[in-house]
Amino acid sequence: MKHKTFFWFILPTALAMLLFIALPIVSVVIQSIFTPHEQVLKVVESCDPFGCKETTSVDQEATQKLRDAKPLGQFAGLAIYRDRGHLAVDEVKAAWQTREGLKDFFKTINNLPFYRAMGFTLTFTFVVTPLLIVFGFVIALAVNSLHRHLKGLAIFFSLLPMIVTPLIGSLILFWMVDSRGIVGTALQWLFSDPNLSLKASTGYTWIMLIVYGVWHAAPFAFVVFYAGLQTLPQDTLESSMIDGASRWQQIRYVVIPHLMPLVTFVALMQLMDNFRVFEPIVGFNAQAHATSLSWIIFNDLGGETRALSSAATTSVLTIMGVAILLSPVLIRTWHDFKVKH
Amino acid sequence: MLFKKLALATAIGLVSTNAMAECEIGARVSVVGNEFPAIQAVGAAAQECTGAEVTTNLTSEHQEINVAGMSGTPAEYTSAIIANSSIVALMNEDVIRPLDDLVAKHGGDLKPNQLITIDGKVMAVAFMANAQHLVYREDVLKEIGVEPPATYEDMLAAAKMIREKGIMENPIGGAYAAGWNLAQEFNNMYIGMGGEFFKQGTAEPSINNEAGVAALEMMKSLSEYMNPDFLTHDSNATSAEWKAGNVAIMNMWGSRVGPLRETEGSSQEVVDNTAIAGPMTVGGNETPATTLWWDGWTVAKNISDEEAEATFIAMMNGIRPDMLNEETSPMAVWLIDGYEPTPAAEGVFDAASRNSVPYPMLPFQGLMHSALGDELGDFMQGKEDAATALADVEAAYTAKAKEGGFL
Repeated sequence: MKHKTFFWFILPTALAMLLFIALPIVSVVIQSIFTPHEQVLKVVESCDPFGCKETTSVDQEATQKLRDAKPLGQFAGLAIYRDRGHLAVDEVKAAWQTREGLKDFFKTINNLPFYRAMGFTLTFTFVVTPLLIVFGFVIALAVNSLHRHLKGLAIFFSLLPMIVTPLIGSLILFWMVDSRGIVGTALQWLFSDPNLSLKASTGYTWIMLIVYGVWHAAPFAFVVFYAGLQTLPQDTLESSMIDGASRWQQIRYVVIPHLMPLVTFVALMQLMDNFRVFEPIVGFNAQAHATSLSWIIFNDLGGETRALSSAATTSVLTIMGVAILLSPVLIRTWHDFKVKH
Repeated sequence: MLFKKLALATAIGLVSTNAMAECEIGARVSVVGNEFPAIQAVGAAAQECTGAEVTTNLTSEHQEINVAGMSGTPAEYTSAIIANSSIVALMNEDVIRPLDDLVAKHGGDLKPNQLITIDGKVMAVAFMANAQHLVYREDVLKEIGVEPPATYEDMLAAAKMIREKGIMENPIGGAYAAGWNLAQEFNNMYIGMGGEFFKQGTAEPSINNEAGVAALEMMKSLSEYMNPDFLTHDSNATSAEWKAGNVAIMNMWGSRVGPLRETEGSSQEVVDNTAIAGPMTVGGNETPATTLWWDGWTVAKNISDEEAEATFIAMMNGIRPDMLNEETSPMAVWLIDGYEPTPAAEGVFDAASRNSVPYPMLPFQGLMHSALGDELGDFMQGKEDAATALADVEAAYTAKAKEGGFL
């Protein structure tokens, strides 16, 4: 392709990416290094149905003057990145100096919101992603070997978990695993422990969230692999049969190598998706046991807190996390590309 | 649920057509607010105005959207229904307007105690009061032969007896869901223990003290008599537990007592025996372990004067005296002229008469509230001791308060 043709061809995409990806990232980075102005406080009399009393209030006029002078707020540099809500540099240093063994150190670290969220986010990402690839693959193989009259129905039902809105899906499961729900009660009966509660223990909550994650995302892997199976080279497959390959050997030496690029694709997409885990934590009301980076951003933005700088900082850290996570896969893809050309 | 809402809307509609209050407005009105029945009734009454459209968005997530929805010019919402905690966020962001001139022009029916004045300016109009107080099962307490508990210590003793007699496994209820609810229960208990949240006159936290530890220990003891899932139970889930007959004593919002006495999702036995009393005290103190709340409406700043006037008129119509009827009166403790207290109001009145503390209207109280909600879960699960949890809260609050420019 000529350079000029290529330029005009890529221009709309490049513009859209600049507008919807690059600019928001720049804006988030800027927001994360500025904080709101110092609040000018004053003591005023306030009256409500229960009587009058002196309370502290923000002096709007004085604060507005500060805001007008510098609309971006105060420059804070990396202060927010270093504070307790994020990388907690000082707290980590202190924990390292006063540690009584590694276990104690990790316990202290786990008490800091960012590292706790990281702990769950990474566990979730690295357990869910391989599991959903395996499940997706197995389902795809199973559906592919069904009689063609049954295939349509089977595909429809296999896709259902992905069609259900994540928040709704997690809410439904949340009520099912409740100690009075159908799954919760069944488990209590199964283990003959009337006090068994999945929602009350951190370990069970994590397992529940991971099971939900696999349940929700496996159909995505399934549908990709199923499409891949339709392009399976029949010649290779038949010749392997003639050579006496068992079904397992056919899968191991013909099917899996053929689907490998798709595995990379699914892994890439799902690593990214799972790193942003959010809906199940809200749906399962699990914030006492598990938090994620996305949940921290949501929590900072919501309600009466509105900590915009803090949310922006966590967003930047999330972007960095995604970049680090994807780098091995991206490097591999780049190598493959170079080998081919 | 939908049927009930429709029935309610029709009931209100019928009443108002009989005594049709003249309500003509000339500009759009758009209301955002919480979703409990009393606010639904106010919203429905405001929507009876004619001449322009009155839309409402009543949702439990109202606090997530009201500031953003009022920050633009023109603001999406012309009015936000808020409480003493959430008005602070609107004032901090300077998105609501003083109402003095509108009150003078259209506020004829208002009583002076309905006007929320801050620094001499009317910033909101309150229409109902609320507080958390005791709700108990008359039959269960009779069976174990004790009076309704007046203190949290009595509550624990009663819970122990109920469990030992095998009447209920987890007799105590409470909205202890990690986050806002858990923090609110701590606020109640801490105030009951005589604690102060901040060093006098500053935004510096001061909760890591004896009162804080005692408050947490009491919450922990109570939680041992609760459904093991208590950290996921908000007011809705706790009400459901009550209706299912699984709970015998709980500290609950006055505004939720009405629904507890409806048979839908409940049994006649539970409905007939749902009784209320004033808030409990704790640790031998006089101050009840609860906070007083008002709910009221505001008018957005970033809208035209016509829209502000229309909003004021419509919202006044929403809280006019004749919107009170058999259906709406028990929904809340109304501050509206002509309100006759119903039995559902006893608990809140008792809280107010015993000098309970109003929820603090401080610009940084919200930061403290959310820090408490995030950090106390570990203690309630037994992962750390009370002093560590309180130190965590102070550290989390300090980080946010510094960022927000309060420290």
